[in-house]
Amino acid sequence: MNENNIVIETKDLTKRFGHFTAVDHITFNVHEGEIFGFLGANGAGKTTAMKMLCGLSKPTSGSGKVAGYDIGKQSELVKRNIGYMSQKFSLYEDLKVWENIRLFAGIYGMKDKDIAIKTEELLSRLGFESERNTLVKSLPLGWKQKLSFSVSIFHEPKIVFLDEPTGGVDPATRRQFWELIYQAADRGITVFVTTHYMDEAEYCNRVSIMVDGVIEALDSPVNLKKQFGVNGMEDVFYKLARKAKRGE
Amino acid sequence: MAAIEVEHISKKYGEVEALRDVSFSVNKGEIFGLIGPDGAGKTTLFRILTTLIRANSGSATIAGLDVVKDYKKIRNQVGYMPGRFSLYQDMTIEENLTFFATVFNTTIKENYYLIKDIYQQIEPFKDRRAGKLSGGMKQKLALSCALIHKPVVLFLDEPTTGVDPVSRKEFWEMLKALKVQGITILVSTPYMDEAMLCDRIALIQNGSFLDIETPQEIINDFKETIWSVRSLNMSALLNDLRLCPGIESCFAFGDVHHVTVNESLLTIASLKKQLQEKGHIDIEIQSIKPTIEDCYMQLASK
Repeated sequence: MNENNIVIETKDLTKRFGHFTAVDHITFNVHEGEIFGFLGANGAGKTTAMKMLCGLSKPTSGSGKVAGYDIGKQSELVKRNIGYMSQKFSLYEDLKVWENIRLFAGIYGMKDKDIAIKTEELLSRLGFESERNTLVKSLPLGWKQKLSFSVSIFHEPKIVFLDEPTGGVDPATRRQFWELIYQAADRGITVFVTTHYMDEAEYCNRVSIMVDGVIEALDSPVNLKKQFGVNGMEDVFYKLARKAKRGE
Repeated sequence: MAAIEVEHISKKYGEVEALRDVSFSVNKGEIFGLIGPDGAGKTTLFRILTTLIRANSGSATIAGLDVVKDYKKIRNQVGYMPGRFSLYQDMTIEENLTFFATVFNTTIKENYYLIKDIYQQIEPFKDRRAGKLSGGMKQKLALSCALIHKPVVLFLDEPTTGVDPVSRKEFWEMLKALKVQGITILVSTPYMDEAMLCDRIALIQNGSFLDIETPQEIINDFKETIWSVRSLNMSALLNDLRLCPGIESCFAFGDVHHVTVNESLLTIASLKKQLQEKGHIDIEIQSIKPTIEDCYMQLASK
């Protein structure tokens, strides 16, 4: 992790929908190679904030930079330089494993020769060689998640955004997934992840917790537990999220 | 009469054996948990028991009614929350609830008492479209719609996936209240803390039931020696522990790693020494009692 190199920065980032302020003046930084946990209760504004950071939604006010590009004015460049994986959509179910890799790699502008070489490497690393021609819809969920994550960083972006990547996945597969995340972070990829699993919050270098559109806490899990005088991240979360005023 | 009785159910999709000779029963008013990896057969089982698909062999009854012969009667008496969001996105909260009540020939008013505690939390937003609700609110609405016709058995397929910890806790409080009313609940979940809240749980893998016991019995059956280990560099520690002779398994558990140990090969002192030699600092090793998650990890790795 390189604390001197900031890959995500925001200043008073705000998003309003009519009279409703979904994200309220959030200011924070993420360092290169960090595993940054972005937590919050449902309705706290996490997804809205993430959309802005990924260049998918324009801020109402305030500013942000991701991978060196302005999220308001250079959103297309932001998209080209990040990876993204969401629980809701990740891969094309009616395409084969290798076809998905080829498709996304092509979209990110990788050269054919590089794609071919890296595809073999990836299939071997995941143990998926015999599945290269399997339709993604036939893969079990845990395999889909692993493949999806690998595809999201296939082009070696500086930052990868993971939106609840392990939702609904069983304990053993979740851990395998997080080992992939560790390996990516070790290679210098910054990981920005949202999750509802509080044990996963512990794997992060730092964690932020959003409540009612505002970042109420941001620190390492160790420091947050000390700050709130509790033993686990779950308790930190309860203490903060219970104050939430938003109906949800 | 058991609320749910399953005898030698098998189901194949082409060559894939989704369920293999599954038998179990659930008592009235029990909260029975199904725990297992994706692809284990949980959703297939739900679909058979809610009469949506038929098994290849075996039989099952819900409240004494046969899932094949009496499927129409069963459909009136069970509530079902499938894995994905099951409601109409472009209808409001109130419209969804009214719809389901009407389909079951009842009204919101008639069984309001049953869903009151749940529905009251979202009632202030009753004119909001279901598609615009947060995860926690969707779960509450879906649960209300599954209960509006006063079912005797409730089938919940991973009802708290995608829901934050606070809302999850609230959801399980609601389930406990339903149990008190005598409603039987069959629920699958990937959360081990929720498994602990069930009366009995079944661990499922590859279409077979491995174990059916109370959570405490499953923990008591765990015979391995288990320690928690931490050091300053947790990522490197994971790899180093797996290479140590005497360590039988090593898994990340939040801010510590859990290891199962062959005590004839390794002591806490000798492990600490080995880790120090590998350059680890701030090492803490403790003997601990297993949790349900440790039991799961052990079964899953077989």
